[in-house]
Amino acid sequence: MDAILIGLAAFLVLGSVAALEMTHLLSAVITIGVVGMGLSILFLLLGAPDIAITQVVVEVIVVTVMIRAATRTGHEEVGRPRSVRTVLAGLGAALILVGVALAAFAALPAFGAPRRSPSDWYLAEALRETGAANVVTSIVLDFRGYDTLGEATVILVAIAGTLVIARHLAGDRMVDGDPPGASAATSLTSSGEEAPRA
Amino acid sequence: MRSDRDGLSVIVQVVARWILVLILVYGLGVAFFGHLTPGGGFAGGVVIACGFVLATLAFGGRTGPAAAFYRWVASLEALGAMTYLGMAALGWTAGHFMQAWTPRGDAFTLASAPFLVVVNLAILLKVGAGLFAGFMVLVLFDRSAGSLHDGKGEA
Repeated sequence: MDAILIGLAAFLVLGSVAALEMTHLLSAVITIGVVGMGLSILFLLLGAPDIAITQVVVEVIVVTVMIRAATRTGHEEVGRPRSVRTVLAGLGAALILVGVALAAFAALPAFGAPRRSPSDWYLAEALRETGAANVVTSIVLDFRGYDTLGEATVILVAIAGTLVIARHLAGDRMVDGDPPGASAATSLTSSGEEAPRA
Repeated sequence: MRSDRDGLSVIVQVVARWILVLILVYGLGVAFFGHLTPGGGFAGGVVIACGFVLATLAFGGRTGPAAAFYRWVASLEALGAMTYLGMAALGWTAGHFMQAWTPRGDAFTLASAPFLVVVNLAILLKVGAGLFAGFMVLVLFDRSAGSLHDGKGEA
């Protein structure tokens, strides 16, 4: 089991690096999708089906959006070769990070064996206290409802901000709820991002 | 992609029509039974949003079913947020904010935790509508007139 997890984790690291290094934009986006799917398999193997489902569906929609966006920018190739100094600095930073992380992990309880904590009580009493057979939901929506309310607020604010800025940039007025671009389409020239005509 | 029709080819549209039903039912199921099985309002909402993204890509951004849905997106997201907040505030009638105040049915049934079901559905509305609105604005925006998503040229 450990070997599978370590292999999968190494695959994820390799995939992430590959996605960074690829110059072909669409290939990089697809590689990110592969990494996301691998991550969801990792969650599944670790016994967290709730997170695995969420990871899969979020990955699907994010990759769809990114592919759509990548094919519309008009740039097929991105990035430029790095200097030796940049690569060395990056490797050094990564080494320091790994060292600090290893030191920090040594101080943590063993993997999968937490110290006595509220989680024991949650596991034992969730069904009786909340009526939810899925302990994850009982914690997320009941015991820790405040957290989820805050998370929902974050999403609301993030999407509201995105809509305001993107509509403003594209000159969409959304007067009567038309889909984007249905009102007078003004091409985006100020930010220099205008896509070439296909 | 550039043709008189809005959206993608007929093959894609026919297949999408069938798959859409499955996607939407799956999303609703994940959210409705989030307190019994893995999943929940967030995952269900993202699945629903995926369904509408598929509809947008297959049938076009302006005339397809997704375009009709887009008119309601702001209202639906607000409804979801207000429902969540309202359910949490009604907890004061039973004690404190965010208290599960609804009566509870038998364990392992849909009615075992009505509070959680309603909150899950509120999150489904909020996440589904919000993500779909983000998709429409980020991806399908008509930055250059005559964009890829409809092929009809100047608006």
